[in-house]
Formats: sequence, C-alpha cells, structure tokens
Amino acid sequence: MDFTLTSDQQQFRERVRSWLKSKIPAEWKALGSTEVPRAEAYDFLRRWQKQLHDGGFIGVTWPKEYGGQGLTFVEEMILHEEMALQKAPPMLNVLGVGMAGPTIIAYGTEEQKKRYPAKILSCEEIWCQGYSEPNAGSDLASLQTRAVRDGDSYVINGQKVWTSLAHMADWMMLLARTDPDAPRHKGITYFLLDMHTPGVTVKPLKQITGDAEFNEVFFDNVRVHERQVLGGVNNGWAVGLTTLMYERLALGFGLQVRLRIALESMIDMARRVEKHGRVVTRDPVMRQKIAQLWIDTEALKYTGARAITRLLKGELPGPEASTGKMGWVETHQKLQELAMEIEGPYSQLTKGSERAIDGGVWQYGFLRSRANSIEGGTTEIQKNIIGERVLGLPKG
Amino acid sequence: MDFGFNQEQELLRNTARKFLENECTSEFVRARMAEPAGVTDAFWTKLAEQGWLGLIYPEECGGTGLGFVDLTVLMEEMGRAVMPGPFFSTVLLGGLAIFEAGSAGQKKEWLTKIAEGQAKATLAFTEPNARWDAGAVTAAARESGGKFTLNGTKLFVLDAHVADVIVVAARTREGKRPEEGLSLFLVPRGARGLDVKLLPTMDQTRKLCEVTLHDVAVGADALLGTKDGAWAPLARVLDRATVALCAEMCGGAQRVLDMTTDYAKIRVAFGKPIGSYQGVKHRAADMLVEVENAKSLTYYAAWAVDENVPEAPLAASMAKAYVSDAYRRTAGAGIQLHGGIGFTWEHDLHLYFKRAKSSEFTFGDASYHRERVAQLINL
Ligand SMILES: Cc1cc2nc3c(=O)[nH]c(=O)nc-3n(C[C@H](O)[C@H](O)[C@H](O)COP(=O)(O)OP(=O)(O)OC[C@H]3O[C@@H](n4cnc5c(N)ncnc54)[C@H](O)[C@@H]3O)c2cc1C
Ligand SMILES: Cc1cc2nc3c(=O)[nH]c(=O)nc-3n(C[C@H](O)[C@H](O)[C@H](O)COP(=O)(O)OP(=O)(O)OC[C@H]3O[C@@H](n4cnc5c(N)ncnc54)[C@H](O)[C@@H]3O)c2cc1C
Repeated sequence: MDFTLTSDQQQFRERVRSWLKSKIPAEWKALGSTEVPRAEAYDFLRRWQKQLHDGGFIGVTWPKEYGGQGLTFVEEMILHEEMALQKAPPMLNVLGVGMAGPTIIAYGTEEQKKRYPAKILSCEEIWCQGYSEPNAGSDLASLQTRAVRDGDSYVINGQKVWTSLAHMADWMMLLARTDPDAPRHKGITYFLLDMHTPGVTVKPLKQITGDAEFNEVFFDNVRVHERQVLGGVNNGWAVGLTTLMYERLALGFGLQVRLRIALESMIDMARRVEKHGRVVTRDPVMRQKIAQLWIDTEALKYTGARAITRLLKGELPGPEASTGKMGWVETHQKLQELAMEIEGPYSQLTKGSERAIDGGVWQYGFLRSRANSIEGGTTEIQKNIIGERVLGLPKG
Repeated sequence: MDFGFNQEQELLRNTARKFLENECTSEFVRARMAEPAGVTDAFWTKLAEQGWLGLIYPEECGGTGLGFVDLTVLMEEMGRAVMPGPFFSTVLLGGLAIFEAGSAGQKKEWLTKIAEGQAKATLAFTEPNARWDAGAVTAAARESGGKFTLNGTKLFVLDAHVADVIVVAARTREGKRPEEGLSLFLVPRGARGLDVKLLPTMDQTRKLCEVTLHDVAVGADALLGTKDGAWAPLARVLDRATVALCAEMCGGAQRVLDMTTDYAKIRVAFGKPIGSYQGVKHRAADMLVEVENAKSLTYYAAWAVDENVPEAPLAASMAKAYVSDAYRRTAGAGIQLHGGIGFTWEHDLHLYFKRAKSSEFTFGDASYHRERVAQLINL
C-alpha cells in the first residue's frame, strides 16, 4: 500500500494544477457550479473542453494515435482530483468522452478509430446515447427500434426516449434490432448514427427542473451505411455492455469529482447561512450531517482508488468496483437534500429571486439529483447486479 | 499509487485465517466467553509463536517491526473469528502506550516480555464520565519525594483482570487545557490499593473492568516517559488503536456478509432460495456497499497512521465514524436475513452483533468521531 506518486506523476500533478489555475475563466464563477451542463453554459463549455483538449488534459488514458495521451488511470485520477480542488467546469461531451470514445477504441475498425475519437475529445462533435425506448428502459434487451438491411445500408425505424443532449448532438450510439427472430440479446446491432441524416427528428422533453436536457428521437426511414456498424452485426449487446462498463468507470472518476466540488460549495454556503439563530456550521446537528457527507465522499474516493489499483495490476475488478455508481447516487442525493436543509425556508426560492441563496443554483441541483438513481441504470438494477454477479445470489 | 495489499500481506492473511479456523473455533470462543480470563495459556503461547504479539514492535524490543497495514490484515482475520482474549488490550493499548511514551529501557523490558508472551498489559484511560478526549482523565497522581500516589476510578478498562501491568493515565498537574498535565504510570498487578473488578458485559468476548486506585504508591521508575507530557503519545495510541479496531470490525462485518449470502443461497421459502427475493438480495447489496466502503476508509487510515501523515487523525476518525455504523447495520441485517435461526444463542451471528455493539462504543462512537472530523476539516 503506497499513496505516494512517482516523480513523473508528481510533475503531472503540478502541470495540471498550474494549467487549471491560469485557465479556469472568471466567467465560470458567474454561471455557478452545478454538476451537469445547463443550456446557458453550452457555448462556454464547448470552448472549455476545446481548451482542455489543447492542453492535453482530456482522454489521458486513450492511445496517442487516437488523440489521447497514452497515460494510466493514475494520471486520470490526479487530473480529476485537481479539477475538483479548483472547481473546474464540467465536461460538455460527457457521453462521447465517457462512453462512445472508449467503446469505439475497443471495438472499432481502424478507419472508425481514426475518424471519431479525436473529434470527441476536442468537442467538435457531440455524442448522445440512443439506448432507452418507451418500452425498453431497465429491460433494455426488449428494444424495438428496427434496422432493416437494404443493399449496403440499413433502414432505421422506431423511437428512442430520454436521450440526453440529442438536441445538440452530431452523433448517436444507437442500438437497433437487426434480427427480430434471434433471441432478445442476439439480434441487436450497435450503429454510429449521424444525427443530421434525413428522417431523424428530435423533440425536447421538459424535465422536472424546467430544463429540456433530454429528448425523444424519432427515426423515419433513416438510412445508415453498413460501415457505421460498430463491433459487428448482431453483436450490439456485447458492445453496448462495454459502453455501460466504461460509463461506470467514467462515473467513478468524473462524478466523484463533481461530488467533491458540490460538497465544498455546500460547506461554503453553510458558513454563510444561519439556522436557529446561529451560523449553520456551529449547529451541532448540522455539523454531524456535514461531517458524515464528508466521510461518505472520502469513502467513495478510496473505494474508487482500490478499484483502480486492481485495474493497474491487471486484475479482474473486485466487489468494490461495482459499488461505485450506487454509492455515488446515495451520497449525492443526500448532499442535495442537506443543501436544502441548510437553506431552510430559503430553499423555496429559485433563480430570479434576489433573496435566493447563491442565485438559486442549489434548487436546480436538488431537483436534478432525483434523476441520478434512474439514469445510467436504476439503483434497483444496480442492486440486482451486485446481488447476482458479486454476491452470487440466485436470479429472481 | 497502490491501494492494495502485497504478497507478504496476503500470505499473512492466509496464515492467520487458517490458524484461527483451527485454533479459534466457535466452541473455543464460547468456552472463553463463559470464563473470566477470556484466554488460555496454550492459545496465548501460540499467538507468541506466530510472532503476532510483537508484530508491530521494533526488532530491538523482540518484535517483528511490521507496520499498521500488515497489522490491518491480522486484525481483520481476528475480527472474522471474533477472537476473544487480551490481544487487543496487550498489543494495541498497554503495549502501544509503552512503545509511544516509554523510555528505551521501559520499551525493551516490557515489549520484549509482551512479544514473548510473558506479559499482558492494558491501558486504564477512561473513567465513569465515559469521555474519549483528554478531559476524560480526572484520576490524580500526587508527587512527593520523587514518588507518586495515584487515586481515582477507571472504567471500561479492557482485560485489567489478567494484565500483568496496567498503564494508568492520571493528572500530575491541573493545566489550562485538559491536554496539559497528563502522565502515564506503570502499575503492576497486585499493587497495594489497586482493585480490579470484572464487569458483566453484553459482548462476553470482551472483558471489561472497573479499576480503582486508592493511594496506590509507585516509584519514579513507574513514570512512563515524561511527566505532564502524556497527551501527545496517548493521542497517537488512541488513533492507532482506533484504526486497528476498525480493521477488526471490517473483518467481522465481512464474515457476517459471507454467512448471510451463503445462507440466502440455500435457505428455501416459497419454493425458492430466499436470496432470489429482492427484499433479501437488495439488502445484501447494501451490506456489501457498506462493508467495502468501511474497508476503504480503514485501509487508508492504516496507511496514514503508518506513515504518520498529518491527516492521520482525520483518517482515523473518518474510519471509526463510518465503520461503527456499518458494522452495527451489517450485523443487524445479518440477523434479520437469517430469520428465527439468527436469533438463537446457538448461531454465531449474535457474537458478531454484540461485538459490533461493544466496538461501536470503544474509542468513541460515530457521533463523537463525526464531530472530530468536523473540527479537523475546520468546519
Ligand atoms: C435525466 C435522465 C437522462 C437520461 N439519459 C439517457 C440517455 O442519454 N440515453 C438513454 O438511452 N437513456 C437515458 N435515460 C434513460 C434511463 O437509462 C432509463 O430511464 C432507465 O434505464 C430506467 O428505465 P425506465 O425509465 O424505462 O424505467 P423502468 O425500467 O420502467 O423502471 C421503472 C421502475 O421499476 C424498477 N425496475 C425495473 N425493472 C426492475 C427489476 N427487474 N427489479 C427491480 N426493479 C425494477 C426500476 O428500478 C424503476 O424504479 C435517462 C434518464 C434520465 C432520468
Ligand atoms: C423470538 C421469536 C419467537 C417466536 N415465537 C414463535 C411462536 O411462538 N410460534 C411460532 O410458530 N413461531 C414463532 N417464531 C417464528 C417466526 O414466526 C419465524 O421466525 C418467522 O416467521 C420467519 O421464519 P423463519 O425463521 O423460518 O425465516 P425464513 O422464512 O427462512 O426467512 C429468512 C429471511 O428471508 C426473508 N424472506 C423469506 N421469504 C421471503 C420473500 N418471499 N420475500 C422476501 N424475503 C423473504 C425473511 O424476511 C427473512 O429475512 C418466533 C420467532 C422468534 C424470533
């Protein structure tokens, strides 16, 4: 056990630190620190990610020939730690960087690997994930969107739903059924779909936050060339699961950082707000709750570090790897609830009120956090996975 | 960065597990619960032969000179076996206090004896006020003519009834702050005016005593380290013992989870193994998450105290706050998911459930440590 860094890693940390210090723009503070990109920040975040890319601080574990830096998870972790410390803005192309890129690098043809990953990192092309459908959410394998072969192309018909960022995406990771007669998991293919293709219609859906961050996507005779298949025809389930595995890894890093940033901001707020006639941080009950969140956040960090150690040693992921998403969700929702409790009656006031604390950012964060236990696999499904795959309990 | 155990540590884990499976069976534990000593001479000798009594002491004091991360592995296995007896009090309280505070001569004398299995020790720090900070100590040591006279009552003292030497924390001076004016004394078994009373405890694998000191006279050589300066070493002892206890608790919690998942795979209700029902499966998943997080914080704390990094006290408190809740909840869920059989004396679950409870309140409970975390992060 050794938490010390090699001198190269230490140098990397210092390089990241000074770069972030000089590059995080002042305008970011005004936009406020929430854990997901909001519409008013899109342009800013696009520029920010481009800057990160130019600095070489994105996709650090990706191979050099595909736009990455060819470094290890240790550097990735250092990078995220530093971003947390400096309250860096979030990544806009999060689905591309967290999922599409790694999956393409794992399954793509050389042509695909040359074509897509670099533009994901530079934020020139934004990606969305077209998995969920009205009748296929947790039970993803029951998806019905059809892809029928026609010459050297496929014709897509059907519908996706809850598709985050589809309204601004250039590309979609699309799962569609190519063989309706095969067993459920065997007739699905993974396509890289150009969102600007004729027949693709995107309809934004308003969420409980009032923002429209996710969408319905309709496919009406959309033609996709066969070279857009990723990882082989009817092999989409395996490819899609790889994406989800990367999603969980990305969650482990990125979300942990956002959590730390939110925690620091919450403590900062608690120092400015009074409850029962004294500053919140002097109230013994609130001190207990804040300290517990601090501890939970640290626990997630070290559990993540244990998982990374296994990866670095080339071992199979252990039980600690599977707990990351669930642990993060619970802690983050608890944090957002606590932010409301700290604000007390002020928690009722939103953006637009001069009386709203911190311009009402916490109200948005609180509402948005309800989705955490649904998106990326619900908590119930995570518990099934842990129970069955890690603990070896029988299926229901 | 490497947040895992090395090969020697994995080897130690395997050795310890095998040894304890053979030597510290459920029957052995229950026999020790039923009698005052909590240990047999034969078992103690074997612990000495394994080198575990001196594991963390330097070689010049008869020890092996290993670190806290190594110890963590051993503690987890001892917790897994709900090992009874004065190992903890001897190695991590009395012995560690001598190591942290004692002179070279005192260390050599006592730690060598401890490592060889020739002496047992404990620490008498807590009192009826049930505090874990420096304010706990009200026992007084009066100095006259180079000698000291000790008076006071110590409560919740682990294994004092079998200890050859009790390290007593007492006030040699009233300071401005409670941390000032504390000293440690080596009080030998049977000293005049020393009364040790064994207390009936819920967790019978842990023997607690009330120790009264009535004009106990000791010489200057009984003073451990420097006069009035005991708080710094004591604080280190408490942090280290806390981390070791956390490791023991993690081992126990993991065992409960193992027993519960094993049972859930074979116990059939409504025609299916109960582990196939989500009411059981999801609770087991919650247990796993807590146990894994408990380990993460504990391992980090073990590394932190080993390296003596500035955040070591914070790491220790984070671990104890988390693990106290996690072990209690895991052990409770373990009983629940076993149904009626989990409520019996015959089943081992209650040993873990009770150990979780006694450990929860040893070295400060979760709320004590959360407040300490709040202070250490400058809240
Ligand atoms: C903000 C947000 C963003 C999203 N972004 C995307 C995106 O970009 N791309 C995309 O493809 N999808 C996205 N999703 C969709 C998300 O993946 C699904 O909502 C999720 O998988 C759940 O599916 P569902 O909504 O159909 O709920 P259902 O699957 O119908 O589940 C309803 C409830 O039943 C429970 N349940 C279902 N099956 C079981 C079971 N076997 N055991 C126990 N409980 C069960 C669920 O846990 C849930 O509580 C997003 C969702 C949200 C909220
Ligand atoms: C102190 C005490 C006194 C008792 N006194 C009496 C008495 O006087 N007379 C008498 O007849 N009985 C008595 N009982 C027995 C009691 O009714 C049973 O223990 C209880 O019904 C559970 O049955 P079990 O112990 O076989 O556990 P199991 O049925 O084997 O259950 C084990 C676990 O699996 C869970 N489980 C089982 N099926 C499902 C499912 N479908 N979905 C989700 N979870 C499930 C249970 O909730 C439990 O957590 C007593 C029990 C106790 C502890």
